[in-house]
Amino acid sequence: MGLDFNQETFRNDFTFRNSPKAIRRFPFPFHEDGYMYSVNLEPHVPGPKGSVFEHTFDVDEHYVAEMRDRALVLAEDPLRCQSLPHMTLAGWDLLELIMTSKARDYPHWFELHKQGDKWHWINKPLEIEQKFTFGDETTLPYGPMEYITRQTQGDFSLQDHRDDNLWMDAGMITTQADWSLDFDVGMSFHEWHAPVPLAHEKGIFDRALKFLLNLQLGAPVRRFNWTMTVDPLLDTSPETYPQWGPTRASLTPETIGKRMHLRVELQTLIRLPRSNAIAFPIRCYLIKFDELVTVPKWGRRLHRVIRDLPEELAVYKGFARNRPMMLDYLAQYDDGTPTSPGIWPD
Amino acid sequence: MSMSHNKIPVTVAEVVTLNPLIKRFRFVRRDGASLPAFSGGAHVVVEMDDHGTRRMNPYSLMSAPSDTTGYEISVRRDDVGRGGSLYLHQHVKVGDDLVISAPVNLFGLDLQAKKHLMLAGGIGITPFIAQMALLSAMAGRFELHYAARNPGLAAYADDLRARYGDRVQLYYDDQDQKIALAPLLAGQPLGTHLYVCGPKGMIDWVRRTATDMGWPQQCVHYEEFLAPPTGKPFQVELAASQKTITVGPDQSLLEAIEAAGVDAPYLCRGGACGQCETDVVSCDGHIQHHDHWLSDEEKATGHKIMPCVSRFEGRSLVLDR
Amino acid sequence: MPKTVFEPSIKSRPTYGVLEHRPGTAHLMVADAEGAQALLDLAHSAPPTLWTQAMIVYIPGRSGQQFTQALANLSPSQLHISPSYAAAQPRLHKILQTAHAGLQIYLAGTESLMGQAQAAAMAVGVPHRAVQMEHRGSLARRVQCVHCKGITENVTTDPFECSHCGLNLFVRDHYSRRIAAFQGVNIDAEDPGQVPPAVERFT
Repeated sequence: MGLDFNQETFRNDFTFRNSPKAIRRFPFPFHEDGYMYSVNLEPHVPGPKGSVFEHTFDVDEHYVAEMRDRALVLAEDPLRCQSLPHMTLAGWDLLELIMTSKARDYPHWFELHKQGDKWHWINKPLEIEQKFTFGDETTLPYGPMEYITRQTQGDFSLQDHRDDNLWMDAGMITTQADWSLDFDVGMSFHEWHAPVPLAHEKGIFDRALKFLLNLQLGAPVRRFNWTMTVDPLLDTSPETYPQWGPTRASLTPETIGKRMHLRVELQTLIRLPRSNAIAFPIRCYLIKFDELVTVPKWGRRLHRVIRDLPEELAVYKGFARNRPMMLDYLAQYDDGTPTSPGIWPD
Repeated sequence: MSMSHNKIPVTVAEVVTLNPLIKRFRFVRRDGASLPAFSGGAHVVVEMDDHGTRRMNPYSLMSAPSDTTGYEISVRRDDVGRGGSLYLHQHVKVGDDLVISAPVNLFGLDLQAKKHLMLAGGIGITPFIAQMALLSAMAGRFELHYAARNPGLAAYADDLRARYGDRVQLYYDDQDQKIALAPLLAGQPLGTHLYVCGPKGMIDWVRRTATDMGWPQQCVHYEEFLAPPTGKPFQVELAASQKTITVGPDQSLLEAIEAAGVDAPYLCRGGACGQCETDVVSCDGHIQHHDHWLSDEEKATGHKIMPCVSRFEGRSLVLDR
Repeated sequence: MPKTVFEPSIKSRPTYGVLEHRPGTAHLMVADAEGAQALLDLAHSAPPTLWTQAMIVYIPGRSGQQFTQALANLSPSQLHISPSYAAAQPRLHKILQTAHAGLQIYLAGTESLMGQAQAAAMAVGVPHRAVQMEHRGSLARRVQCVHCKGITENVTTDPFECSHCGLNLFVRDHYSRRIAAFQGVNIDAEDPGQVPPAVERFT
């Protein structure tokens, strides 16, 4: 196990880093030299071997450390994981989906043995072995959603489908870009997206909701979202903003390459079978500016995206105050030559 | 992006004649693998090659949602309809291969409900069988009131009584038994959700009564699949794909569009879900709207049509498809 | 036309209508302060039979004493005058728990009162959109501190000091029906100590 997973932290001494292999497979979110909101959904079909799209749930070198960080967040604030009473069935759906996918895609790390509803789950990286009865909460140490998402990278929300809308009625949210599950749980699709600027006026959420209400079983979709984070802090929650907020004011030209991170969310949307709910995994990937510019195409393109971004979006994403310094840094890596289409390194 | 349809190749594993009108079919996956679990109230679209005409009819799944070894549907024979149910009754036998869609749910349970009150009329019983299996496994609170013409046609009545006891109440038309709806609704606890599936008249009656008694619309759920009506043949021009097609007398417009090789979105194929809504480019004639998706105002403007059930009579109809 | 006109805002900020009589098997009305006027206005358009099936819970506060007699004159089947929402809660919960489907719920007055009563109705399975609400009176807000989770009532200024943890919070329009509160977020997190002067915004 030791060779597969990094020993690293996402707090205090911040020893998080990406290996050269992890940098090459980083899901750089910009397919062109600019960015604006769109309903950028595409089928979540298996991507190139080794890419973050290869499997339904990507397990990478940060797995064990990320799960340790999640446990610390939950110990400090259990409200980061919530499931309204009617969402337990959706939790079982999610547990089944994740266990089945991981056992199929990473058989050397995960095993699932089923005999009817008697299930036996083995998670070797986290040294967990659990025998339980599918559908019976009393046989697990946590509710089904909490149990499996303590063992799966990325945030998760479960959206109930009713009254021609989606309702965020459950979630495990510890690696979020500054939104509060405790506050938003129970909201409709437009309500929890309410604070997002510009996109409502463009009809983005109307179109996205219409699409998602028709999301089919067995035909998941995915999209990217992104922001910037100072220091590799997974848990940028509003709850703890007074603790991490000051770091935004402490960047210097000397430290920005090491401390400023592009934060990418690979969001997938998956129709669940028993509950007809929609699972919304939000997988967070971090990369330091210093790591990112080792791919010349990405350095050039990120400079152009940040330079041309509308001010409202820079404010909403929380990096308006640091934008000039970011541009000074990134400009060094933009020689003005054209970039190739698509997100992958040349 | 267009909606992808996940199709499942299946084999007919069992055909059971329940009574003179109703047959039950069990499907298993052709490759022997498990089917996905599904949610109570979900339907699948069954594809049939009816002597050259491709039929795609929706049927509610009635097996237990947790049973991934097979799916079961019940089909009521419709002697005057266009033939999908007749085809299943007369031609489909054990061992035949069919293609079905992945389950889609347009009649889901609201699991927030403090209690689920179900009203079934005739073959409208099928989605409730799956929903009750689910609720019973979850210790959910439910009650079914099931009306049929006579005991001989009340498929599953004995079964359900045996399984759920007094939680199932039966009513037979030929014995002049009728659901006493107003007192039934008046006695329900706050937070009860009402579900109705059956003939149009029954659905209208239940919805109207509930509304008059102050039930919130979010607590009243109904499912009515319309069989696409038959009619005179007509011609349609598909502007985007530059094709002119003829819709046969017992073919739906949607089926004719598909037969011409044009990809069109759909979910319910019964005028309910709105997925196949299509813009009308021009219309010289009369659109026969049969759906219950478009509002009366929208129907009056003639700017939209639901090709799964609606037809046309007149000189020319051009669609943006 | 609603008596209170709110500025256009984001989609999570609640909006309110005008109470209207709807068919139902029973009618629960909860109001505070100037909210009584919304019930009295409803009496102009509703049939008198409404009141024989109506239970009114009224919290007059400082500005509502003048309305209690007028409410009594409607001859509702129950009229309960309560000194505060907290004091009215046990009675409200009892009504909701024993009510039948078909109960109509009418709320009128401040956002704090309507929000809390709506959350109580949702907890017993009433869809939130089935609850009628009409705003009257004070615009003071009920705000939850996103950091310590404490709720401060009657917030009139922006920013304000959290009555629980003492952080200086700015008031967002983002609103949670479940908590029945707006969201308050630390205003000087990035630059501790730099707190702009409080402005009276919600009166």
